[in-house]
Amino acid sequence: MERTIRVLVAKPGLDGHDRGAKVIARALRDAGMEVVYTGLRQTPEQIVQAAVQEDVDVIAMSILSGAHNHLFPRVTELLAEKKVDDVLVIGGGVIPEGDYEFLKSKGIAAIFGPGTPTGTTVEFIRTHLKR
Amino acid sequence: MSGNEKLKVELERWNAGVDKSLAKHPERRKDFVTGSKAPVERLYTPADLAGREYLDDIGLPGEYPFTRGVQTTMYRGRFWTMRQYAGFATAEESNKRYKFLLEQGQTGLSVAFDLPTQIGYDSDHPLSAGEVGKVGVAIDSLADMELLFDGIPLDKVSTSMTINAPAAVLLAMYIAVAEKQGVTADKLNGTIQNDILKEYVARGTYIFPPEPSMRLITDIFAYCSKEVPAWNTISISGYHIREAGSTAVQEVAFTLADGIAYVEAAIKAGLDVDEFAPRLSFFFNAHNDLFEEVAKFRAARRLWAKVMKERFGAKSPKSWMLRFHTQTGGSTLTAQQPDNNVVRVAIQALAAVLGGTQSLHTNSRDEALALPTEESVRIALRTQQIIANESGAAETVDPLAGSYYVESLTNRIEDEAWNYIRKIDSLGGAVKAIEHGFVQQEIQDAAYAYQMDVESGERVVVGLNKFQVKESAPEGLLRVDPSVGASQTAKLKALRAKRDSSKVESALAALKAASKSDANLMPPIVEAVKAYATLGEICDVLRATFGEYQQKVTI
Amino acid sequence: MGDRGAPDPEGVVALIRAGDARTIARAITRAESADPGVEAALRLLHRHTGKAHVVGVTGPPGSGKSTLVDKLVKAYRERGLKVGVVAVDPSSPYTGGAVLGDRIRMQGRALDEGVFIRSLATRGSLGGLSKACAETVRILDAAGYERIVIETVGVGQSEVDIVKLADSVILVSVPGLGDDIQAIKAGVMEIGDVFVVNKADRDGADRVVREIRAMLETAWVNTGAGARAIASGGAHHAASPANTAAGAGTAGAQEEDPHALLAKLPPVLKTVAETGEGVEPLVDAIEAHRAKLLESGQLESRRKSNAAAELKAALAARVLARLEAGPAGAELLKLAGELATRERDLYDALETLEEILSSSGSPLAGQSGASPEQAGD
Repeated sequence: MERTIRVLVAKPGLDGHDRGAKVIARALRDAGMEVVYTGLRQTPEQIVQAAVQEDVDVIAMSILSGAHNHLFPRVTELLAEKKVDDVLVIGGGVIPEGDYEFLKSKGIAAIFGPGTPTGTTVEFIRTHLKR
Repeated sequence: MSGNEKLKVELERWNAGVDKSLAKHPERRKDFVTGSKAPVERLYTPADLAGREYLDDIGLPGEYPFTRGVQTTMYRGRFWTMRQYAGFATAEESNKRYKFLLEQGQTGLSVAFDLPTQIGYDSDHPLSAGEVGKVGVAIDSLADMELLFDGIPLDKVSTSMTINAPAAVLLAMYIAVAEKQGVTADKLNGTIQNDILKEYVARGTYIFPPEPSMRLITDIFAYCSKEVPAWNTISISGYHIREAGSTAVQEVAFTLADGIAYVEAAIKAGLDVDEFAPRLSFFFNAHNDLFEEVAKFRAARRLWAKVMKERFGAKSPKSWMLRFHTQTGGSTLTAQQPDNNVVRVAIQALAAVLGGTQSLHTNSRDEALALPTEESVRIALRTQQIIANESGAAETVDPLAGSYYVESLTNRIEDEAWNYIRKIDSLGGAVKAIEHGFVQQEIQDAAYAYQMDVESGERVVVGLNKFQVKESAPEGLLRVDPSVGASQTAKLKALRAKRDSSKVESALAALKAASKSDANLMPPIVEAVKAYATLGEICDVLRATFGEYQQKVTI
Repeated sequence: MGDRGAPDPEGVVALIRAGDARTIARAITRAESADPGVEAALRLLHRHTGKAHVVGVTGPPGSGKSTLVDKLVKAYRERGLKVGVVAVDPSSPYTGGAVLGDRIRMQGRALDEGVFIRSLATRGSLGGLSKACAETVRILDAAGYERIVIETVGVGQSEVDIVKLADSVILVSVPGLGDDIQAIKAGVMEIGDVFVVNKADRDGADRVVREIRAMLETAWVNTGAGARAIASGGAHHAASPANTAAGAGTAGAQEEDPHALLAKLPPVLKTVAETGEGVEPLVDAIEAHRAKLLESGQLESRRKSNAAAELKAALAARVLARLEAGPAGAELLKLAGELATRERDLYDALETLEEILSSSGSPLAGQSGASPEQAGD
């Protein structure tokens, strides 16, 4: 029996623009995944603890405030600290392309900018699961 | 045969001809729809306006029901206010910018606050990490506010502050700075956004649950009507509702429903409607569908006039007028081929002007990528100036009135918005509808439907799902200095060491006691602010009494 | 990867008992997806369970359950107890996907190592969910969580069944939802051990309290079953009369003074979860219920009946699975087709299947090991 893919959709930081996060949560659900939605104002610590307890395959984060270079790498650092190596981490939101390289070097597998079709994200998750 | 009957006959004949020609020349698509997915007919004629009386429905400019605008001569007197919202990381930087703008002859300031300030956290709060100074200025205490307005005479400027959940605290700081300058509160001019309901459904910078939040708002209404009479105490915002993915109809309906909730709360708090209603203002979005957007503004004006006059029995025409600020639609901007956004913004700004806005912010082309650069901001401002000075759109009042299409759209939007308002009334009003998640669910359904239409190609977004090009990463984007957080934290530490802590404690204790009584919260907040209690400390006192709002999730 | 712990059930159990969050989480995932690799560990784990007190919380959507659970957890933490939370949300019947949003309202405890929150989706089958939920509770129990709260949306029978896994059941209602009392009436009332009217700062809270009390009085005072249940220290299941606490006459509760009986109705409490008001008394009430269950021996009988229900459900699932895998499986599909086309009736089809079963021997051959396991519970 195929295991159901579980995804944590979180908004780190303080910006309240969750339209994108909710659209992607819905698209993932409609693609048959279980989405643990943790809502606004998540600290990296909260995100990682939720990811561990919920045993998710993917952490998907969205941020529009410009704090991505601070917050996304904190999540991957904390995962490494807890020796979690089988969770796929992706990001989205208003993130300048110039930051993609840096974020990838910090373990964010992909950044999906404004206008990315939800199908692209679904497909990426299906083909890049780490377990 | 009357004119209408004759038209009917002629239309039948014409339609028969169309059917024949369709066989040879089919139309581009089966169904034509507006930007908000409302059906669009092939042709609009006087038949679509049958049964409507010009004077009752449309009327004259500056008169009930204000369909044609709230002023008699509109932009023939003076143009709308071109107000660009901008944020700078620190109070010092913002102060420099404000002084420059004032030297250039500008009299209106617009303050953007960073997210920790908007959510009532000090810069050294763990949740503030990485956010300090990012989307606006960081204000932790009166000391920062003093720096922000240093050397700026507060009796000479009007200041618009985009602040909601902690609006009372920032307003108190503004009053305290003025007092130090020797300016009494009755000389102050400006606006606070102070619209918490749309924070719950769209913008997300809420702190407290609805009930105490509504109390804070009506406390501000009551306090200002006596102490700061020229202050615009609220800017009821549909902008963010639209950004969250709503349709044009929903934008009007949910914003006006919020407005109704504020008016009801104020009346319940014992205020006279004609005393505070003239100080209510609105804030809308402008999207790409030119005609639908123009109709939206006109419908909103007419609807509000009816609500105020008929539902609340307001007597003063000033209470009936829906005055509004417009910002072009941030969510319509594409990260792909960003220069195309200049064109989108121009169309949207034109819609706002044709719709009779009182003030306008035009977005910058690079806002889907990052905070805008100075060059982009200038192009955005020039766009407004071109519309004002070159397009001719400002030369006569409400130039699209009488267009069969625009009038039909105006009627339809008003009717459908009424349906929503009735539905919200049946749920017990806007606050209840939000607590039930009704408003959120409606917005999210529209947002998801929009996304699916874009993905299926049903809706064309130029450069995004059609007419794409291969692009290299854009350059020259604005970056915020990440050291602001550290310097703001250091300032806080120094402040806490320097201030009279017993004074702070007693002021906070007084606030706590007031928060548990029915007393107006503004006076104790002003006292706490003057004692240099921080924004976070003040909000923590209120959090302890009121609790914190938990997001109602609807997906 | 998916092999962490699988080869060494004893190691898995040791890690779970040591409270290793990742092992706990992965074991739940496997139990939930009925991964056979986890069965050995679950068997070993069983003897380390039974210590936690399980609290079920249910009520209509919008009653503020998640916020209440958050505050409940906080109160338990302040009493020094470790708490597990199992939050259940429905899966989409069309795509199998789900949005699990209960964590949003439990942010207050997010970084506390003494709290473990797990969201479960219903994933279609009712029996499957009850089983996954029971396994999750046992894993958290073995991991040392002393109170385990199961939260479900109380709208259907499936949620009621899940809540029955609990030792203490809290039914939450709220003023202003209109038909919530109606929802409680519909067969859920009798499973409540503690009743909560949340958002009690709203208009109409006292009316809801009165309505619930009135309904409880009707249900429990005017019927012998209710009276017996009350006399036995809990409203649950109305099981056999047991010793009563504090001097209430044991000889035929029906003749007891109605006022004394009223005093023993399940408590109806008011809370404002957002501010935490009324949460301490709620915890006191749950703990009082727990003490009563322990004292009266009701806990044991309640757990026995829960175990019996779980065992029956598991057995039924296995029988059906085996049947479908065997020769009767193909026959079943064929019969179903004939049922649909009206070539046969239901009873005819059942008889045919029963014949196949009896001729091919018991589908449970080799399954008799299940029964001693129950006896050891």
